[in-house]
Amino acid sequence: MLKDEDRIFQNLYNDSGGAGFPTGLKWSFAPKEVGSRPHYLVINADESEPGTCKDRDILRFEPHKLIEGCLIASYAVNAHKCYIYIRGEYFNEGQKLQTAIDEAYKNNLIGKNALNSGWDLDIYIHYGAGAYICGEETALLESLEGKKGQPRLKPPFPALIGLYGCPTIINNVETVAAVPTILRRGAKWFSSLGRPKNTGTKIYCISGNVNNPCNVEEEMGVPLKELIENHAGGVVGGWNNLKAVIPGGSSMPMLPKEICDNMKMDFDACVENKTGLGTAGIVVINNDQDIIKCMARIARFYKHESCGQCTPCREGSGWMWRMLERMAAGEATPDEVDMLFDVTKQIEGHTICAFGEGSSWPVQGLIRHFKDEILERNKFDPVVKKQKNIPYLVDQHLLAKENA
Amino acid sequence: MSIKKIHKEQPETFKFNNKSMEAANKIVSNYPDGKQQSAVMALLYIAQRQNDNWIPLQAMKYIAKFLDMPYIKVYEVATFYSMYNLSPVGKYFFQVCTTTPCMLRGAYDLVKVCKNKISEKENVLSSDGKISWMEVECLGACVNAPMMQVNEDYYEDLNDKKLEEIIETIYKNKIPKPGSYSGRINAEPVNNRKTLLGNKNA
Repeated sequence: MLKDEDRIFQNLYNDSGGAGFPTGLKWSFAPKEVGSRPHYLVINADESEPGTCKDRDILRFEPHKLIEGCLIASYAVNAHKCYIYIRGEYFNEGQKLQTAIDEAYKNNLIGKNALNSGWDLDIYIHYGAGAYICGEETALLESLEGKKGQPRLKPPFPALIGLYGCPTIINNVETVAAVPTILRRGAKWFSSLGRPKNTGTKIYCISGNVNNPCNVEEEMGVPLKELIENHAGGVVGGWNNLKAVIPGGSSMPMLPKEICDNMKMDFDACVENKTGLGTAGIVVINNDQDIIKCMARIARFYKHESCGQCTPCREGSGWMWRMLERMAAGEATPDEVDMLFDVTKQIEGHTICAFGEGSSWPVQGLIRHFKDEILERNKFDPVVKKQKNIPYLVDQHLLAKENA
Repeated sequence: MSIKKIHKEQPETFKFNNKSMEAANKIVSNYPDGKQQSAVMALLYIAQRQNDNWIPLQAMKYIAKFLDMPYIKVYEVATFYSMYNLSPVGKYFFQVCTTTPCMLRGAYDLVKVCKNKISEKENVLSSDGKISWMEVECLGACVNAPMMQVNEDYYEDLNDKKLEEIIETIYKNKIPKPGSYSGRINAEPVNNRKTLLGNKNA
């Protein structure tokens, strides 16, 4: 079995939760020997990223794969207890998983001395209660401990101090569910898919303005156009009616049609185009939609889901939402576009967790690619500027931007 | 947004009934000794189900005692997570997703129907007191957009006509069938899948 761990390590299989961190590397962070504290394995099934619904299908239809993956992963990281954190809304999906777990216990596939291998593993389900932030690994741990889900400062990383202060490895559902297949068919087979450094398969969720929205598992690096045309039945109104695509769930910056024409869907290609593969939740937006309004709605999502721990994110997410709502209505002044960009830069990198980036990147993407469209709509000129030369206005100097 | 306003009329007492007690004890046993606080989220949910879909303050106090933790910590959790209702909601609680992927496919048409057929404002009971509705953030079924959740079940691939039918069915005291309303199987493409065609059970 130890060899298996090495094989997965070789693979550097990228975690599918959105951050794209290599799983083999992550597992190697767990202490090699179990000390006084037990190790834990936690599976992140708190899938709440808008545009993503891949884990739901695994939980509903292939829970056995996930359980097998848990068994292998728990052996690799020396854990005898595994918690699966499912978002609270997936009640029925959780019930299906529970049935599969019960069946596995019955057949001694997990539990004490699983499959007579001498390995003990208990799997428990923990339901969330509708907080997007609990998909962040340390917030998830806080939530598992029965507190409100606010992320912890890192370091210490969960691999050393995680759940109840014990070493904890956290993986996404899709990652763990893929492990059995990789071991069965070999690392070579898995890495033969895709292109160098971006190997394997990925479940793409194609939603939005396409004719047949669907989930599909494809090779990494598949062209975006092929995904949309072949699997999702094309953009509503034809490929030329495409306006923009969000390639990796709502936290990733959107891409205009020109880039989408020749875009490949993998980690490196996305980074080259100043975006990210994230969770591979592809949201297609066509020309019939108001792109600023779409982004304002995403900003409202982030405003609602901010946990309120760090000031830049708590205040900034609401600020971005209000500004975008005004821009969608054409009530903003032209210089406010730059101000909005500045606000996003003030949030990014100034928060405990990656929520700050997640909320500001999509707005940056909008400004990067559709600035002209925002400027065209927002020509509002405040009255106070027009009255600049009124003699009785004492604070004239405040009106000049340089002095303000 | 979520119902975080504490209801004015609170019941005097709250106690788990036998069924809830059994479920609660089972959940507490999932966690290591001394870490029973982990069960607070599940217990709040059990209390909510027992008490007609909302959590009174007495239930929080009861759970705090049950798990041997400070009341304020339970209160903190109950007010942080959006799935806990701190005021009564309808027996059928409609949660319409309006985040961008659903919005692109007409989620606001569904909101319009809710306004016409249920109540003008969010979180106000319909005239017969059975249904209430609210807008929620992404429910994680974007491929089946637009969709909504009624209590525990997902209703997917809706449009305004289909939602009207669902509401009518509920007014007639029947429970409509959950799942996709466009005739497709789960999250497969509408006109049959394009992959693993040789595989029957894929």
